Amino acid sequence: MIREAYAKELQRIQDEVMLLGSMVGDAILKSVEVLKRRDHEGAKCLRKADREINQRRYAIESDVLTLIATQQPVAGDMRVLAAVLEIATELERLGDYAKGIAKISLKIGDEPLIKPLLDLPVMAQKGVDMLRRALDAFAHRDVEQARQIPHEDDAVDDLYDQVYRELIAIIMGNPRTIDQANYLMWAAHNLERTADRVTNICERVIFMVTGEMVEIGRKGVREYN
Amino acid sequence: MAMEATKLEVNHCDFYYGGFRALKDVQVQIPANRITSIIGPSGCGKSTFLRLFNRMNDLIPGARAEGEIRMDGQQLYDLDIVELRKRVGMVFQRPNPFPKSIMDNVAYGPRAHGVRDRVRLEEIVERSLRDAALWDEVKDNLDKSGLALSGGQQQRLCIARALAVEPEVILMDEPASALDPVATLRIEELIQTLKKHYTIVIVTHNMQQAARASDYTAFFMMGEDREGYLVEYGPTREVFTNPKDRRTEDYITGKFG
Repeated sequence: MIREAYAKELQRIQDEVMLLGSMVGDAILKSVEVLKRRDHEGAKCLRKADREINQRRYAIESDVLTLIATQQPVAGDMRVLAAVLEIATELERLGDYAKGIAKISLKIGDEPLIKPLLDLPVMAQKGVDMLRRALDAFAHRDVEQARQIPHEDDAVDDLYDQVYRELIAIIMGNPRTIDQANYLMWAAHNLERTADRVTNICERVIFMVTGEMVEIGRKGVREYN
Repeated sequence: MAMEATKLEVNHCDFYYGGFRALKDVQVQIPANRITSIIGPSGCGKSTFLRLFNRMNDLIPGARAEGEIRMDGQQLYDLDIVELRKRVGMVFQRPNPFPKSIMDNVAYGPRAHGVRDRVRLEEIVERSLRDAALWDEVKDNLDKSGLALSGGQQQRLCIARALAVEPEVILMDEPASALDPVATLRIEELIQTLKKHYTIVIVTHNMQQAARASDYTAFFMMGEDREGYLVEYGPTREVFTNPKDRRTEDYITGKFG
């Protein structure tokens, strides 16, 4: 290895992505916990955590641009940095979902919940589990894992449909629940989108390792190069 | 790659300096009107490869090539050497103008090939200097010594001198490595305009230069036995974004040198 400082910085940036990913995963799990318990203090903490997530994302972006400008990375190294820029953006958005759910908890206030929160924590757990394994695939250049994870998105989508139907039924039974039902729908939507963004991360891992630009959807894999 | 017309072609070529094989089984098709860069660590045979095309290696006693080297389908060794050197021009690492006026430097080749008419020579000199992006800087001082120019200007003068005999191919052996960064970028820009009319093959130690300035890149390495061989050859944008060979990746990302 002749470019040691460069190699170290390239690795450090990837470690930063892993750290950011772990913060984001924790924030999502915590946000559903906060909503369940209407923990106002916890909700405020999550807002603060989101600011840190945003800062870290911009720091990663800035470090990537500096490395490009000063070291002229090419080939696999360049693909790592392109993937890092995309993944950091996805993680920042995932952080926004956690903040959004915390905000919903504050909006619902101390009002009793119109239904026990059972599916939302399962969705969050599933989404974060996918996220952690996607980051694992990123760290270990594991293309096979990156190709598999997006298929689990269907389970999250099914849960979302279930929550949706349940909330509609509650609204129809008692129209005065509409505000809270809307808020909960919004939270469920954020969690459903979480799994979609994990799919984007997986696609970037595939690109990083193989150079293939693919989109993994319900109907299969679409190639772009 | 198959879509482009091939200008130069090397098939199963080995090149020897006496008993030492400097190039082993090289296969390359160099497309016409494109810039092809040759990269690789020192000693991998880049310059030897470049010099196959104007048979400059042959000046070294004991040197010989085996296999096919073709230009426009014709075996290079079937061509008259004077004719070959006219069709294949060369620019070297250090600018090497003759200790003569700018005019005489550029007119040297055409004169050697028998052009005597003064008006015709002036036309050739102006066209060559314009094509080498030097005309505007020297047009009022054509009698000035070529050696009085800056390094970057001297190199462009050498390019003009090569263009004056209207070659088809221009070989460049690290044409910018003795120049400052701005002069380097000017040479790279110039090469881009020249490819309209010429096929350009350029050896460079500067990987970013290969990435910036060439259409195709060939990566050479040296084996255990010090024999140079071709590792990978393809469109530059592919070689620098997604090389097929692990050794190319390691070299261009600086994992070995």
